Amino acid sequence: MTAHAPHSARRTPSRSAAQPAAAPAPEGPAPQASRRSASSFLRRPETGALMGTVTVFIFFAIFGGAQFLTTGGVASWLNIAAELAIIALPVALLMVAGAFDLSVGSVVAGSSVTLAVVSGTYGMPIIVGILAALAVGAITGFVNGFIVVRTSVHSFIVTLATQFALAGLTLGLARVLTGSTSVSLSPDPFWKSAFGTLINGQFEVAIFWAIGIALVVAWVLQMTKFGNWIFATGGDNLSARAAGIPVAKVKISLFVASGLGAALVGIIQTMLYNGAQTGTGQSFVFNSIVAVVVGGVLLTGGYGSVIGVMLGCLTFAIVNQGIYYTGWNSDWAALILGILLLAAVLMNNTFRKLALSSGAPKTTTRKGH
Amino acid sequence: MSVPLLKLNHVSKSFAGVDALSDVSLEVSPGEVLCLLGDNGAGKSTLIKVLSGVHKPTRGSVEVEGRPVVFDSPKDAGDLGIATVHQYGGTFPLMSVARCFFVGKEPTRGVWPFQYFDKKTAAEITVREMQKLGITRVTDGDRLVGSLSGGERQSLAIARAVYFGAKVLILDEPTSALGVKQATHVLRLIMQARAHGLAVVFVTHNVTHAMAVGDQFAVLIHGRMADDFRKGERTREQITDLMAGGEAMADLEAELAGLTGSGNS
Repeated sequence: MTAHAPHSARRTPSRSAAQPAAAPAPEGPAPQASRRSASSFLRRPETGALMGTVTVFIFFAIFGGAQFLTTGGVASWLNIAAELAIIALPVALLMVAGAFDLSVGSVVAGSSVTLAVVSGTYGMPIIVGILAALAVGAITGFVNGFIVVRTSVHSFIVTLATQFALAGLTLGLARVLTGSTSVSLSPDPFWKSAFGTLINGQFEVAIFWAIGIALVVAWVLQMTKFGNWIFATGGDNLSARAAGIPVAKVKISLFVASGLGAALVGIIQTMLYNGAQTGTGQSFVFNSIVAVVVGGVLLTGGYGSVIGVMLGCLTFAIVNQGIYYTGWNSDWAALILGILLLAAVLMNNTFRKLALSSGAPKTTTRKGH
Repeated sequence: MSVPLLKLNHVSKSFAGVDALSDVSLEVSPGEVLCLLGDNGAGKSTLIKVLSGVHKPTRGSVEVEGRPVVFDSPKDAGDLGIATVHQYGGTFPLMSVARCFFVGKEPTRGVWPFQYFDKKTAAEITVREMQKLGITRVTDGDRLVGSLSGGERQSLAIARAVYFGAKVLILDEPTSALGVKQATHVLRLIMQARAHGLAVVFVTHNVTHAMAVGDQFAVLIHGRMADDFRKGERTREQITDLMAGGEAMADLEAELAGLTGSGNS
């Protein structure tokens, strides 16, 4: 929200002009400008997420030693964060619109295996394999969305079902078609460099994909009409429908986007590792939710930001990788993540309450609820 | 008298054979406030849903400006200028007031795919329209709706409906969740809308609020029109009695008198 600062600055004169004695300014009139910016920073939904990222970074910078801060160390968590972000960003949009997608794990595996089978086992051009892999994501997303919208069964259950079904389908078909659970592929240099190369031998090209997707998603969510529809759909489905928003289309297209994000990671992994495993990607199911929620997206929908989700992915990746640099047993990483998730949610709730009380002398907001 | 803006002719609505509304006829004209009174479960919400296009009547017809219409969705009703504002304003607590004001009708700039939601214009219009309704405390379009008071949220929703050209404003229990001062503000808004020539359907179970602003009254009991009268034709006691079921109220009266002083708050 870069437009915010000049915007409010410009408004300040009209604010005092249009505000007679009737409505007392919430904060004293004189230091208002400076206090407003400080307090509006505290009220930004991303503040909690930023504090989380900074905290874990400092923690592992201290306990992880010099290794954690080398380019190799930085690359290790940036790579994890990037792949996670490609999945978590569309999952976050979906969560803002009030739905879950637990099928991303199987979509990663399914699309990854599809690419390897189509272009590896059957020797088709890579582009055909890529399109087939993306189709796996898009179709799974569409099926998820269609069932959720039509049956009004909760998305948690619907996508859990497709998560299992697609995992089984991937495993079964891989065995039937290739006789193995591991399918190899040797991509040509062009496709390898587009999806699966290591820049400087350390940084995955996925980092650029993640940044690009973050920019697109941020634009969609903050700057477009569709973004407003996403917030409204998750904020109050009935009111959104009454306002003429095609909530079914919004949800289905977001499920498709989520499937495409997961399929892209499937493609990236296949290119990176020169092959696919049927069991790959399952950790993304809960990791994406952890990242999104740590990033300040409201689990019940209606609230969230791209910056928050990016910070959530970084926080997750720093903890996930940082633990190796401490020399401690990596078993402890999951414990830290669990505590972090809980702390992040509690902190986000606090910041959200602050945001809802912004500037009001005394609110009667929740009265009567 | 002019052609009524909105008219119901002998409307019935049944769900699985059970009548939620039977044979209800109503009309409301520009610059008039129709108060729809009834106790909980009297069929007020069903009636609102018929008026706002959520439900289609099982029997009977709806007319807008003299022409019979069938609403397939709330959007159809909205397109004909019928706006419904629900108890909590039908708003989104975690959205900014500007986003909420323009939800579903976002002003855009630029050409696709670079078309964007013009939030600056949205914020300016929202603040201006709310100021018109006396909400001077909201000076920033980025304010979250959740930080507004109940009365301010109602104002936001009413401002929105009026701005987008509503001719009929259906207000579903707009005052029931509010304190006295804020309820007064909402009643003032109703009078303002009336003065602007809107037809207002004010749904409430609060007889005092209804009598303060109503031109016409309709009392619903068990889905039927129990009474139908114009301003000044009934006393408050008569209306309250009717709503509560007449003689049952009389029995309670003595008991309540000792506890609360009178029948209403």
